Amino acid sequence: MTTNPPQRPKRSAVQADRIFLATLWAAVGIFAATMLGLIVQLIHGSWQSILTFGFKFLVTTTWNPVTSQFGALPMIYGTVVSSAIAILLASVVGIASATFLAEFAPRRIAQPLASLIELLAAVPSVVYGLWGLFVLVPIFRAYVDPILQARLGFLPIFSGPIYGVGLLTAGVILAIMILPTVSAISRDVITAVGREQREAGMALGSTKWETTWRIVLPAARAGIFGACVLALGRAIGETIATTMVIGNKATIAASLFAPSYTLSSVIANEFTEATSDVYISSLIELGLLLFVLSFIVNGFARVLVNSVFSKSEGR
Amino acid sequence: MSVPDLRERSNKTARYVWSAIGVGFTLLCILLAAGALLAILGYVTVQGISSVNWAFVTELPRPVGVTGGGVANGIVGSIIIVGIATVIAVPIGVLTGVYLALFGRGVFAETLRLLSDVLAGLPSIAIGLFAYTLFVAPFKQFSAFSASIAFAVIMLPLIIRTSEEAIRGVPRTVREAGFALGLSRYATTMKIVVPAARGAILTAILLGIARVTGETAPLLFTAFGSQFWEINPFHPMAELSLQVFTYAISPYDDWHRQAWAGALLLTIAVFIINLLARFALSFSKR
Repeated sequence: MTTNPPQRPKRSAVQADRIFLATLWAAVGIFAATMLGLIVQLIHGSWQSILTFGFKFLVTTTWNPVTSQFGALPMIYGTVVSSAIAILLASVVGIASATFLAEFAPRRIAQPLASLIELLAAVPSVVYGLWGLFVLVPIFRAYVDPILQARLGFLPIFSGPIYGVGLLTAGVILAIMILPTVSAISRDVITAVGREQREAGMALGSTKWETTWRIVLPAARAGIFGACVLALGRAIGETIATTMVIGNKATIAASLFAPSYTLSSVIANEFTEATSDVYISSLIELGLLLFVLSFIVNGFARVLVNSVFSKSEGR
Repeated sequence: MSVPDLRERSNKTARYVWSAIGVGFTLLCILLAAGALLAILGYVTVQGISSVNWAFVTELPRPVGVTGGGVANGIVGSIIIVGIATVIAVPIGVLTGVYLALFGRGVFAETLRLLSDVLAGLPSIAIGLFAYTLFVAPFKQFSAFSASIAFAVIMLPLIIRTSEEAIRGVPRTVREAGFALGLSRYATTMKIVVPAARGAILTAILLGIARVTGETAPLLFTAFGSQFWEINPFHPMAELSLQVFTYAISPYDDWHRQAWAGALLLTIAVFIINLLARFALSFSKR
């Protein structure tokens, strides 16, 4: 082989290929190992807490570092309720915005407006938190909460003392943060609805709005739902802004005005102060819970969104 | 149902009124969304601009109670932490993307894609915990490097997904032309295909950088923060967004003022990186 000159370049090419493939495999291997390591480390880190509290960790309400009693239920409650408020508000405003951009806006202003909304997604979460803390919280304390209480105070969710910080404020700031996720994906999904269907609606004499409301939006339903679930996943995992406005108190109260805690904000707030091993382990188990929760929510969302796009591509 | 039933041939005026209300509602919602953005940006600008000055970007933080000082160490810290993260994430991410684009069939590749999607949706604080258990707990030392690891993991899915799509977007004929010239797989991929996709890959990298520049949560227990100059990545280090957070939740007015100034710098930095990303994309499409 080596005596045959014309084959020499080929041989170095084969060698280069080998090195190239090995490098690719190394990169892939590092990535796969990282993912595996992430799961293993989170389980390993929370092992002590899992052994100590077992299943009770998920259903008890005491979070007391002094007596080393740790139960995650208040944080699960806080996470679920604040994210639910967020997705309720963001889905209405986000879907409507997306509809306007995709269906009604003149093309010339649609793109700049869409870019503007997408800029919302780029604003760092600590900036949202700062704005929430110094602008939104005082407004809620002085106006929004008292007005809600005066009108709807008979409902348990609007009763009790008003602090400004709390579940409702956290829900609203989260809603603003996840709005671009809802509107950007919904807009793509709505735009992907076939032209023939719109034309069919118009041909039957529907107004533009009737076509949108009865034909286009129902056709895009699955994808829009997927966009909302994806946004919900973001709300669940959001940390810094929530930590700054939710009040950070591990209790379950009926009132949305009450301070609360989320899975992520406990970790952010207490991790560096945690002294005992079981305390740290419990905090890591909260991280593991977050991992599982976001895995389920995101997986579900991907399936929904992908089903829409594969359908429209297959056409 | 808010719209009257068409089959009843109900009066036309009512239908048009409902339609106008519907469209009006969507318009109201988009104004609300755009208004929220402008309110936040406007407030940050107004509050921040009065406190951003030369001293703020060149001086170290002063002790509690002493007015003035700046966030110079945090700015440098951000650049170091994000820089190391980028150096780690780019080769792994781009090469994994290349792998998925070229050989991405079968169960293993599908699993990788799924993992990458899962990672994209994972809360950053959980990734921070991972970095903590891996690089902080064993050495009993907070470090900028552990923060970079967390940031690299956050950037990875974005880079992997976009590189894969960018490389898939390069026409098959281009790759075949490379092979037809007798080039090796390596040469075809790295000298023809990847350069053809470099605009999109650059965009992905810049978006990844923008994303982690605004990230704070994982830093709390990795980089930890510092009041001093620190350029050794194996020591605790200050970081701009972390300083904004710390100052914001402090009880001191002067620190609140600095938090707004820091927030303004951070927002401007993130927006500039985002603009660069868009520019890179439109440039590559030309």
